[in-house]
Amino acid sequence: MPSTLPLGDPSPADGVLSPAAAAGSPDRDFGLYVHIPFCAVRCGYCDFNTYTAAELGGGASQASYAHTVQRELEFAGGALAKSGVAHRPLNTVFFGGGTPTLLPSQDLARVLQTAKNVWGLEPGAEVTTEANPDSVSPESLEELARAGFTRVSFGMQSAVPHVLAVLDRTHSPERVPLAVEWARAAGLKVSLDLIYGTPGEQLSDWQASLEAALSLTPDHLSAYALIIEDGTALARRIRRGEVPMVDDDDHADKYELAEDMLRSAGMSWYEVSNWARTGEDRCRHNLAYWKGHDWWGAGPGAHSHVGGTRWWNVKHPAAYAQRLGAGTSPAAGRETLDESARYVEDVLLRTRLAEGFPTAGLQPGGRRAVAGLIADGLIDPAEAFKGVVRLSGRGRLLADAVVRRLLPD
Amino acid sequence: MARTAPVPAATDPAIIRNFCIIAHIDHGKSTLADRMLQLTGVVEQRDMKAQYLDRMDIERERGITIKSQAVRLPWELDDVSYALNMIDTPGHVDFTYEVSRSLAACEGAILLVDAAQGIEAQTLANLYLAMENDLTIIPVLNKIDLPAAQPEKYAAELASLIGGNPEDVLLVSGKTGVGVEALLDKIVRDLPPPVGDANAPARAMIFDSVYDTYRGVVTYVRVVDGHLSPRERIQMMSTRASHELLEIGVSSPEPTPSKGLGVGEVGYLITGVKDVRQSKVGDTVTNLAKPASASLSGYADPKPMVFSGLYPLDGADYPVLRDALEKLMLNDAALVYEPETSAALGFGFRVGFLGLLHLEITRERLEREYNLSLISTAPNVEYEVTLEDKNVVHVTNPSEYPVGKIAAVREPMVSATILAPNEFVGAIMELCQSRRGVMGGMDYLSEDRVEIRYRLPLAEIVFDFFDILKSRTRGYGSLDWKADGDQVADLVKVDIMLQGEQVDAFSAITHRDKAYAYGVMMTGKLRELIPRQQFEVPIQAAIGSRIIARESIRAIRKDVLAKCYGGDITRKRKLLEKQKEGKKRMKMVGRVEVPQEAFIAALSSDSSKDKAKK
Repeated sequence: MPSTLPLGDPSPADGVLSPAAAAGSPDRDFGLYVHIPFCAVRCGYCDFNTYTAAELGGGASQASYAHTVQRELEFAGGALAKSGVAHRPLNTVFFGGGTPTLLPSQDLARVLQTAKNVWGLEPGAEVTTEANPDSVSPESLEELARAGFTRVSFGMQSAVPHVLAVLDRTHSPERVPLAVEWARAAGLKVSLDLIYGTPGEQLSDWQASLEAALSLTPDHLSAYALIIEDGTALARRIRRGEVPMVDDDDHADKYELAEDMLRSAGMSWYEVSNWARTGEDRCRHNLAYWKGHDWWGAGPGAHSHVGGTRWWNVKHPAAYAQRLGAGTSPAAGRETLDESARYVEDVLLRTRLAEGFPTAGLQPGGRRAVAGLIADGLIDPAEAFKGVVRLSGRGRLLADAVVRRLLPD
Repeated sequence: MARTAPVPAATDPAIIRNFCIIAHIDHGKSTLADRMLQLTGVVEQRDMKAQYLDRMDIERERGITIKSQAVRLPWELDDVSYALNMIDTPGHVDFTYEVSRSLAACEGAILLVDAAQGIEAQTLANLYLAMENDLTIIPVLNKIDLPAAQPEKYAAELASLIGGNPEDVLLVSGKTGVGVEALLDKIVRDLPPPVGDANAPARAMIFDSVYDTYRGVVTYVRVVDGHLSPRERIQMMSTRASHELLEIGVSSPEPTPSKGLGVGEVGYLITGVKDVRQSKVGDTVTNLAKPASASLSGYADPKPMVFSGLYPLDGADYPVLRDALEKLMLNDAALVYEPETSAALGFGFRVGFLGLLHLEITRERLEREYNLSLISTAPNVEYEVTLEDKNVVHVTNPSEYPVGKIAAVREPMVSATILAPNEFVGAIMELCQSRRGVMGGMDYLSEDRVEIRYRLPLAEIVFDFFDILKSRTRGYGSLDWKADGDQVADLVKVDIMLQGEQVDAFSAITHRDKAYAYGVMMTGKLRELIPRQQFEVPIQAAIGSRIIARESIRAIRKDVLAKCYGGDITRKRKLLEKQKEGKKRMKMVGRVEVPQEAFIAALSSDSSKDKAKK
């Protein structure tokens, strides 16, 4: 998550949501996100809410972190119940960061156990953790699988040393195949995260990374264009001219290469930046974000969404621990979406998915824009005739422009 | 300081001295005037606001005087109390006509020159006007307190220009006050008193006319013959319109009503009219009951030389702009405008100005005083186009340029005088030559300073000529120009097209030899300024149907944010809202979205931005 939080309305200390949030909740999927705000090293491109120190003051430390999150999950169960939101077993759980595997596996297992105690897991639920190839071992992965994890997502980023160096990634490329092998042996599904468009990365470098990733036959692959965020070390290095700025055309070339290679390898896109081997391999937790499902986000700076109310926790782990220590909600602010904002988000998020957005759900202005989008080659004509706005290859690269044209001015 | 100041309306012309100060911008005229106000006691020390006479903020910021005023100063010499009328003149070349009227109200002029910089072309031009009006000149070097001052050198230069000895040049410092008393004494001693017929019908020349929100138009006059009295009816001789004199008086420096104004006196009139056009600079005021038979000579209607389209950035501001122009017009007899529509810019006005500075000041006042954001199109001159069917069209906007068969095009010309150190002669000649100038002559003002005269098309100097001159002469070059007829020229209209759609705002009328350069420059500029679209956008420059330059903006290939930031959908939605806001500030040219900033940047030269900062 980004380093700055949005501006919103105040959130009550008891975490109780507005009545609107509860409406229809029995029919919606429910997920859990757990943020682990620790990393061994801060990467130069990263503006996520993460810390490298073991002690953060105010009673917050890596050692006590799992305990604090467990308290939030218990608090969450109470707040949702008081809000009249239906009690539902979890459909997906996702541990992200930071580097979740920097915590001992037992800590992650304890947190997952608390989630099970509070809500329970649906049969076949998807339980993922992100992992750094450096911070896993055959034992730790086995332990996670035993605790109920079903999936691991490795931050591979690149297979090319000079690219990893610009990203400040500490793992060596040879470490990735090992980690994948151990995960497989433990019975976990494997996803790989790649980053393209790093300053200095050649098209051939990117091709090498894709080849390396595909040689490991991952079940799932995410490929994100590197965004140079303000305030990061990388942004400063670019400003000082130490590394070159990357342009959008380079991103476009690399995206197209990824799509070609991944498709040839039998993977298909289901979201602009995500590909899966089969329908079952799609990341259901990721899809929940785009489809507007309910989820509780635990941990400092984590974002949540339940029935049109979005909220976000205080950012610093110490402030977060203090709130929960006092038995109050860790939320920093929230917003309740009105009908027009919900419509905007619905179009904005679902248009990015391969399943597309139904034309019948568009407002009249949006429906009128469809023909122009076909004419400009931005959406799939055959799908449009069937009543679905589905991005073409070119349209995926221009998804934000497509969304702007579908939405009212 | 005078013990008993002479009373207005009953002052013997023999003790009146009317003078103005001729000076270049920054040479310290306002500071010197301030010092005179203090020394003569008309402004108390504690009321002193630096540059008292320059009222408008813009004037004070730019250090220039746009509107002149007159102040009556008492001064005593050899036990006689005199009344000195200091008439403040505009210093800029755009306002030559106003200067000439101010000069006509005086018997003498202080030629004020910065002792560190020497005389500038505009000062020289105004000095020339003063000498033509037979004014007595008092040469003065100012800022002698500056370490860089070279009084001997510039005294010699002044002496050689106007005749006389370098020792006769007064040395003063407006800042410290040194030499200012001596200057006041010299004004009394050297300037002739005004002469007129006290018994003749009144003839008073209007040398300035200012609109005041509370009082209506305040008209500044110099009485030549006869007498004007409160409550009498007066007549404007050019229009024959008559008005009642509601108030008459002198500025000292606040308006002070008097029992009238007699021969040689300078003061103000208030008649209740609301528009400066009813009280025109240069016109003659007379008594309605006993009108003069002949008006004073020299009256001319102001003639706009430079035209530009002014458009509100936000189309909804059009009525605000219209009202603002109406109000500005009350105070600016030289401003003319008419509504105009541009396909690209929407509704606006084509406005005529005396020159580029007048344009800039007007635009700045509109933006500042009326809180408007404006686009001004590239300045244009007025062309006279004769068609083959002998019809004649006057074109002030490229979009009005006729499409039919053209027999001849005439363009306005100016004669320009440039002063600079002699080491820059080559650079100046090169510049003027490239602007289709024809050299008229060259003279040495002093050992190392030259005056170069050129006849140039006005169109070639309205845009960036002065800025380039300044940079090529390291700031030392100065320019003065005046209208000088017209000439037939081989001119063409260059159109700019985006994706085949002509964008009227970017069209230009240029000499055929320069059409290509303009086309390349403008298409190149637009390629940088217009963001990439979802399709390729060709940018073409054409004369008629012939394409002379072409650029293209490649289609954008990526416009998508890769990730969802750990579920921070709020951020993503806000980003989208921001993008949509940005889109609203775009003007659509066909299907091409052109940001307002692109219009502004394409239509302004970088140098004109620099000038605005001065």
